[in-house]
Amino acid sequence: MEKKQKLSGTVIFRHIICIILVLLALFPFYVLIINSTLESNVIKQGIHMLPGSHFFENYKNLMIKTSATSTVNLWQAMRNSLIVTVPTTALQVYFASLTAYGLTVYQFKGRDFAWGFIYAIMMIPTQVSIVGLIKVCSITNMYGTFWPLILPAIAAPTTVYFMKQYMQSGLSIEIIEAARIDGAGEFMTFNTIALPLLKPAMATQAIFAFVASWNNLYTPSILLATRTDTKATMPMFIESLKSNDKKRDFGEIYAGLLLTVIPLIIAYLALSKYIVAGVALGGVKE
Amino acid sequence: MNKNKKKTVEYGKYGLLFIAPFFIVFLVFQFYPLLYTIFKSFMFDKKTGRKKVTTVFGLGNYINYVFGGNGEVWQAMLITIVLWLLNFIPQLLLSLLLAAWFTDMQYKLKGQGAYKVIMYMPNIITAATIAVLFYSLFDVHGSMTELLRHMGLAGNEGVLTKGWWSLFIIAFIQFWMWYGNTMIVLIAGIMGINPSLYEAAMVDGATPRQQFFQITVPLLKPILQFTMVTSAIGGLQMYDIPQLFNEGKPLVNVAGTTVESTRTIVMLIKSYINAGPSQNYGRASAYSVVLFVITLVVSMVFYKLTSEKN
Repeated sequence: MEKKQKLSGTVIFRHIICIILVLLALFPFYVLIINSTLESNVIKQGIHMLPGSHFFENYKNLMIKTSATSTVNLWQAMRNSLIVTVPTTALQVYFASLTAYGLTVYQFKGRDFAWGFIYAIMMIPTQVSIVGLIKVCSITNMYGTFWPLILPAIAAPTTVYFMKQYMQSGLSIEIIEAARIDGAGEFMTFNTIALPLLKPAMATQAIFAFVASWNNLYTPSILLATRTDTKATMPMFIESLKSNDKKRDFGEIYAGLLLTVIPLIIAYLALSKYIVAGVALGGVKE
Repeated sequence: MNKNKKKTVEYGKYGLLFIAPFFIVFLVFQFYPLLYTIFKSFMFDKKTGRKKVTTVFGLGNYINYVFGGNGEVWQAMLITIVLWLLNFIPQLLLSLLLAAWFTDMQYKLKGQGAYKVIMYMPNIITAATIAVLFYSLFDVHGSMTELLRHMGLAGNEGVLTKGWWSLFIIAFIQFWMWYGNTMIVLIAGIMGINPSLYEAAMVDGATPRQQFFQITVPLLKPILQFTMVTSAIGGLQMYDIPQLFNEGKPLVNVAGTTVESTRTIVMLIKSYINAGPSQNYGRASAYSVVLFVITLVVSMVFYKLTSEKN
């Protein structure tokens, strides 16, 4: 009896700590939701627990302001982000799979070197070579376009690493051999036989590729700098929300922030099972 | 077997073909830019008035700005490391504790799945959004500042004018965004440990505490190293949160010089890339090389540690 009481005491304590952490995780979002429905003057008075009715007014003010200052508005930014993120994700996952497949299925001179090389460059962050990337963009005339944000996704070493890990257990060479005997070309075999078998791993990697591209602020804010008025992506729009203007309207800011968060939270809750499983594989780390 | 081998050699050219796009794109968008940045660090490349002056500068950028001058690059590096330590140490401790709880067979916690999902959630949200959200909360007129005032913790000027407050809030945001991620990685690591080890320990009468420190922690070492290095490399590139939270401010006075108290190394590099009078690609490149070398050292230490293991 005594043992059982002690047991549940431990469990209750752990639950309490976890619930505190859960509340801590949710609290800023709760305040965000509430504040987006309040007037700026009310927000300045402190933390409020109950929502108001000013959301649509805040939203309207936000849209009026962005059109008055001719900066990109929320929906244009979201569209721009989609134009960048969707092809980035597709290219990243497709070419990482192709590269990993080339390294797994074929035996050729330099294969081990190529694999060692990809493993070694995984840790090199893109931030350190930004000056050179600007140069590449000006040589190729891609400065201020979406291309330099999309094309580098073809060479994503981390994604290659995880696709290769997956292939070592999830792809049998026999099936590929069988396809060869049936006379399928090598490229066809990859597209029609191998890719479907890799779907689970590709889906996980696609989620992380999408999130990383969608949330990226640094590279777009440098490479799109000259044409921010029409080409700004979502994080750049968020940056523009933060003004140091004395007359800034908090209602507007919170309404804008909320609208940037909602799609992510919905997508996250829908996919959380895969995301948590993907993180467990060590799939992402900024 | 022999026949098989021959076949793969025969098809070998496809292997090269399939990996070619990766390497071409890598050369154009990562390798050349890296070499060019290193090259540029030996050039004088600065906007003066309307025209841009580019000349060979030798070690000039290194002599004048990295190892000489006001030492801003080391200052920014120090701040970056402080910010990383302030968030990583508590993050690792909490993640370890939670991972131990969530994998504890004796006291099973119900609702774990939901806890994990919610604790991880901040990680998926755009860092820019989170930074502007916290900025709005802690601004002079922000909701949290008002709350702190009620508690007597903040004065009229708010908290963003205080260096330590800003540092701690930025570190807290990083901690808050990342501990869920680290926890999930560690849980996976603990689950990978052979359960018979725990059974044997239990038979020998080891307490849960002993099991944790004598089985879990030593066997988790490779994963802890991985977590630490990836977090350190990520931490060195820290930009979004400090930039959008307080733009490197507030300026504080340290030993008679004015210092930007929350400006990280990447923020410093970007300040010399931005169009304007302070644009100086040579200087930005030299600082990039410093960051590259430090990142390289950190990852080499990691490769060394892991290869010793094997």
